[in-house]
Amino acid sequence: MARPDEQYFADGRLGVAGNGAGTATERAALAARAFSVKKRFLAMYKRANAGHIGSSLSCAELLVLLQYAWMRPQDTFILSKGHAVAALYALLVEANVLEARALETFYGEGTLLPALPPVNGLKEIPFATGSLGHGLSLCAGMALGAALHGRARAFFCLTSDGELDAGSTWEAALFVAHRKLTNLVWLIDRNRIQGMGRTEDVLALEPLAAKLASFGFHVVEADGHDFDSLLAARDACLHAQARGTAPVAIIANTVKGHGIRFMQDTVASHYLPMDDAQYQQALDELASAHAATERDAR
Amino acid sequence: MRDEFVRALIGLHQRRRDLVFMTGDVGYLAIEALQATFGDRFVNAGVAEQNMVSLAAGLAREGHLPWLYSIAPFVVLRPYEQIRTDVCLHKLPVKLVGNGGGYGYGIMGATHHALEDIGAMRALPNMRIYVPLTAPDVEQAVASMAVDPLANYLRLNSVAPIPGEIAPFAAWRRLKAGRGTVVVGAGPVLGNFYELGDPALLDELEIWCVGTFPLEELPAELSASIRAKRRVVTIEEHYGAGGLGEALGHALLRQGLCPSSFTSLHAAGYPSGRYGSQRWHQEESGLAGAGLRARLQKVVRD
Repeated sequence: MARPDEQYFADGRLGVAGNGAGTATERAALAARAFSVKKRFLAMYKRANAGHIGSSLSCAELLVLLQYAWMRPQDTFILSKGHAVAALYALLVEANVLEARALETFYGEGTLLPALPPVNGLKEIPFATGSLGHGLSLCAGMALGAALHGRARAFFCLTSDGELDAGSTWEAALFVAHRKLTNLVWLIDRNRIQGMGRTEDVLALEPLAAKLASFGFHVVEADGHDFDSLLAARDACLHAQARGTAPVAIIANTVKGHGIRFMQDTVASHYLPMDDAQYQQALDELASAHAATERDAR
Repeated sequence: MRDEFVRALIGLHQRRRDLVFMTGDVGYLAIEALQATFGDRFVNAGVAEQNMVSLAAGLAREGHLPWLYSIAPFVVLRPYEQIRTDVCLHKLPVKLVGNGGGYGYGIMGATHHALEDIGAMRALPNMRIYVPLTAPDVEQAVASMAVDPLANYLRLNSVAPIPGEIAPFAAWRRLKAGRGTVVVGAGPVLGNFYELGDPALLDELEIWCVGTFPLEELPAELSASIRAKRRVVTIEEHYGAGGLGEALGHALLRQGLCPSSFTSLHAAGYPSGRYGSQRWHQEESGLAGAGLRARLQKVVRD
């Protein structure tokens, strides 16, 4: 696996994003948000007896980073890996966009919050995603649309790594790079697991950073669960965007089912719900990991 | 119809500034004027129609009116799921324009023909299809599409050589009166009736032209004709499945109209496995020439 914080410039040079971005207080606040979001969606999955838990745990810190340390009110986010929408619903409650009690309807009959993002008119969910390979194109269309209007808005798209199998994703990547859509940030949740196995066994993606760089992206790698690393990646992207020469992509190295031993790095965590004991174990492990983070911060 | 389309869109662009024209890298010696007029609102998306359709959905979400142009099968079939999910489910006004509907690309062969495009688009929610017949129809259809809040598919073909005055583009038009049999057709294949060299046969036919799908309610005049004449023929440069014949049959049943005979003339595909011009394929399917005449004579006689 590539080292966290490495970045590949569009011209092929390799650099390091740097460390220590953000203050300790900022990092602690983000970690607390992530802990809260995870507790919310674990409760949703338990109540619904549903899967895709590992997918949400894989990207929780990325969503928190975007919501609380990057995006402005005029910016737009597209969750292309729509199967992790429980994390997004939980985040929107955390951010007071949705009411907490709405989460109780997750998976329910007649709900407005189904297992994948709905066509619902919410500004925060502009498209019903989850059919993999659509999100980057949709995001690019919005980014192009804002540029044609002359509006200074930023667009963020989170894809899984599994959906990099889709030809449409690479069509979009060609387009974003060709048009130099520097108002778009492509985040890749690189947990290395897809539907039926490990990405490198199913349809190998490596060398991924070199692929993206060769397309013309400014590529930043980060530890997708570490806010130190993610804030550094953000700063590297902002710096690259300010130069305006290449669109940016973040390869967030993540772990599917991160932080919960029986789920971590397993295909099963894409599918299986939790029984009562597993739910309790998940909560306990997240709580003790979070307590340790807080101790370290102090 | 391609040149008429380009002129119509340039005219529209001069009246409103929210259009974006996208091509899937086709239109050589045809759309250059669009490129010159549209400036940064002209986007060649490359041979990447899936991306092009989703881009258009994003553009429409941002308040633009995107027009997507390619050869018909590449703009309606290749990116079908993107049309369904990103455009139609979200009720976004994306305008798909397919050149060469039916056998329009002739000798280019089956890959470039579109014999199932109307059926495919008819199956989608929030989608209206426009099928022009004449050269002036194209501009009128483009004007209608520009104010249609739904997603649209414009099926371009060669202009039909139809004699006499023709009413402006509409969902339903009667092209001519006739004594015995009601013909309902979509698109320029209707022009083939006027080339049969059999005036007596043509006199028998009352011919109606459908301009849009889903079918709008039948005009009272048409319903009355069907009730009185009792013989109905549909014609389309499209497979039978999902096409005009099925749509009209359903509409008649819904109204309790039961003709004594109902004949669907439609594309047969490639029965001989051989290739030719658009006209050659129409003749092989019995949609033109002697084959069409023979089938009509049988209907009229029976």
